[in-house]
Amino acid sequence: MSTKAVKLQSELKMGAATRAAFGDALLELARQDERIVVCDADLSKSTMTHKFAQAFPHRFFSCGIAEANMVGVGAGLASAGKIAVVSSFSCFVANKGFEQLRVAVAYPQVKSFKVVGTHSGISIGEDGPSQMAVEDLSLACALPGFVVISPADEVSMKALFRAAVYHDGPVYVRAGRAPAPIVHSPDRAFELGKAVELVPGADVAIVATGLMVAEAIRAAEQLETEGVSARVLDMHTIKPLDREAIHRAAAQTGAVVVAEEHLVDSGLGVRVAQVVAETHPAVMEFVGIQDTYAESGTPAGLLEKYGLVASNVAAAARRALDRKKQG
Amino acid sequence: MTGKKSLEELQALTKTIRRRIVEMTGAAKSGHPGGSLSAVEIVATLFFDVMNHDPQNPHWEDRDRFILSKGHGCPVLYAVMAECGYTPVEQLNTLRKLGSIYQGHPDRRFIPALEASTGSLGQGLSIGLGMALAARLDGKPWRTYVVLGDGEIQEGQIWEAAMFASFHKVDNLVAIVDYNRIQLDGFVKDIMELEPLADKWRSFGWHVVELDGHSIPALREAFAVPAAVKGKPTVVIAHTVKGKGVSFMENNPKWHGVAPSPQEVELALKELA
Ligand SMILES: Cc1ncc(C[n+]2csc(CCOP(=O)(O)OP(=O)(O)O)c2C)c(N)n1
Repeated sequence: MSTKAVKLQSELKMGAATRAAFGDALLELARQDERIVVCDADLSKSTMTHKFAQAFPHRFFSCGIAEANMVGVGAGLASAGKIAVVSSFSCFVANKGFEQLRVAVAYPQVKSFKVVGTHSGISIGEDGPSQMAVEDLSLACALPGFVVISPADEVSMKALFRAAVYHDGPVYVRAGRAPAPIVHSPDRAFELGKAVELVPGADVAIVATGLMVAEAIRAAEQLETEGVSARVLDMHTIKPLDREAIHRAAAQTGAVVVAEEHLVDSGLGVRVAQVVAETHPAVMEFVGIQDTYAESGTPAGLLEKYGLVASNVAAAARRALDRKKQG
Repeated sequence: MTGKKSLEELQALTKTIRRRIVEMTGAAKSGHPGGSLSAVEIVATLFFDVMNHDPQNPHWEDRDRFILSKGHGCPVLYAVMAECGYTPVEQLNTLRKLGSIYQGHPDRRFIPALEASTGSLGQGLSIGLGMALAARLDGKPWRTYVVLGDGEIQEGQIWEAAMFASFHKVDNLVAIVDYNRIQLDGFVKDIMELEPLADKWRSFGWHVVELDGHSIPALREAFAVPAAVKGKPTVVIAHTVKGKGVSFMENNPKWHGVAPSPQEVELALKELA
C-alpha cells in the first residue's frame, strides 16, 4: 500500500501555472489559425496574452482597463467570424463583464467567444480579495450554453484550451496564478465534460477541480495509510458535468467529497450534489471557501488558513466515511 | 487635522513617506511602488494640510472623506495615515503579510478608518459621490476627495459617475487624477489614450484645474478653489511622474507592480536621504 503512496508523491512535480500554459497554448494555436484574435484589459503581462500580442500585434486588441467594453467588443469580433479569446483576471472579466457575457454572448449564443479568467481563487496571494475570484465558477455556470472548465495543471490546460477554442459554443476557462503541481501524464487525452479518474478507490470519492486536484491526490495518499481507499476525480469541466462519473462514484463508494478553490455556496460542490441527488443519493462533504473573502498572504499560507489543503480534504473524507457507517 | 504643517515640514514629510513606501514594498517583496510614489504630494497635502479629520476620532461625523480609488497605491495611504497617527508606523513593514492590517489593497475590515475598500479599479468616484450627496442632504460642510489613476479612468463607471456628478451639481467633491501617464502594461498612450483629458472632463460638466502634482503650493491653492466653485464638481488633473523620487523608478513602467530588491531599497533610500 505504501509503495503506491510513494509513487504518487514522486509524480507530483511542480509545473507551470495554468495561466502560463494558457499563454503558450494560445500562441501555438494562433500560429495555425488566423481567425484567433485576443482582447485584454491592461493585464496582458499577467494573463500571459502578451506572448500572442508580440507575435500577432494586429490581431491583439488592447482594451484598457475597461472590462465590460472588452467583452462586448469580443462578442462583436466573434459574431463576425473571429475566434475571440477575451482575457483578464477572473474577478474583473466575470464580475464586471457579467451583464455583457449574458446579453452579448450567452443569450445570442455567440459560439466562437472564449473567455479566459486568470488569477482565480485565493492562491493569487498578496494582492488580496479585490483581485481574488471566489465566485467566478458560479457566475459562469449561470450563463446558459456556456461550457465552463477549470484545468488543474499545465498538461490539462494545454489540451483543454485547444478543445475550448474549437468547441462549438462559448467557453469560460478558469486559470490560476500560482505554479500548479503536474497531476496528469503528458500523453493523457482529454475531452470536455469527461472527468479523469486519477486514483482508483472504493470507500470514498473525492471530486476536485483546479488546484484542489493535487490536494485531493495527497489526501488520498494520507487516507491510504489509514486503510481507506479513496478515488480521486479531476472534474476539469464544471459544466456540463460528467454525470456518469458522479453517478458511478456515488453508487460505488456511497461517500462523495467535493473540493474546490471557490465559495462552497455556489461552485462545483452544489452542482455535484445536484447530480448525486438526482442519480444516487449518498453522504457528501464539501471543501471550499466558507462564506467569506480571504486576505493578503502567501498563496501557501492562505490555502492553509482557509482550509484548502490535503489535510482538510482528508478530514472531510473521514467525516463522510463516519457518516456513511452511521447510515 | 489641527495644527497644520508649514511648507518646509510638508516637504520633509514627503521624503519620509517616500522612504517608507520603498521600505514597505521592499519588505513585502511585492506591491506597487510606482503609483504610490507619484501620489505622495497629493495624499500628503490632503491629509496634512487640507482635510479636516481627527486621527484620535476616526469616525468623527463631520470629517472630510478620502477615497484612494486606485487602491493598489495603498502604500502611500498607509504611510500617510500612520504618520497621522491612525495606525502604527512600526507595523508598516508587515505590508501584504498574513494577518497584517496593511493589506495588499485598502481593506476596511482591517483598518476601519478607511472610507472604502478599493482595489477593483473604477469604483471610488461613485462611492465618493454618494458620500457627497449624504453631506448635502444633511446640510453638512464636510467634503469628499477621491484619488483616481489615469489608467483607472478608462473604466466606464468613471464616466457614468462623471455625468452623474455634474447633473446633480455635486460641488462638495473633488476628484484628483494622478496623471503619471503609465498604467500596468505600459504607457497610457499605448494602452488606451486619454487625451484630450481636460476637455473630456469639461465636456462632462466639471470644473478642471491642471497642475504639477508634485508641487505642494500648487496643490494647496487648487484645493482652496473648489470651495469657491459652486454648482459644479471639480477635478484636479495632477501631472505627476510615476516612481517620483527614486531615479531608477521614475517614468519606467517596470515599477508599476514590482517591489525593489534589498539592494534597490538601499539605493533608493540613499537618494531619499
Ligand atoms: C477593474 C480592474 N481591472 C484591472 C485591475 C488590475 N490593475 C491593477 S493596477 C492597474 C493599472 C492601473 O493604472 P493607473 O490607474 O494608471 O494607476 P497608477 O499608474 O497610478 O499606479 C491594473 C490594470 C484592477 N485592479 N481593477
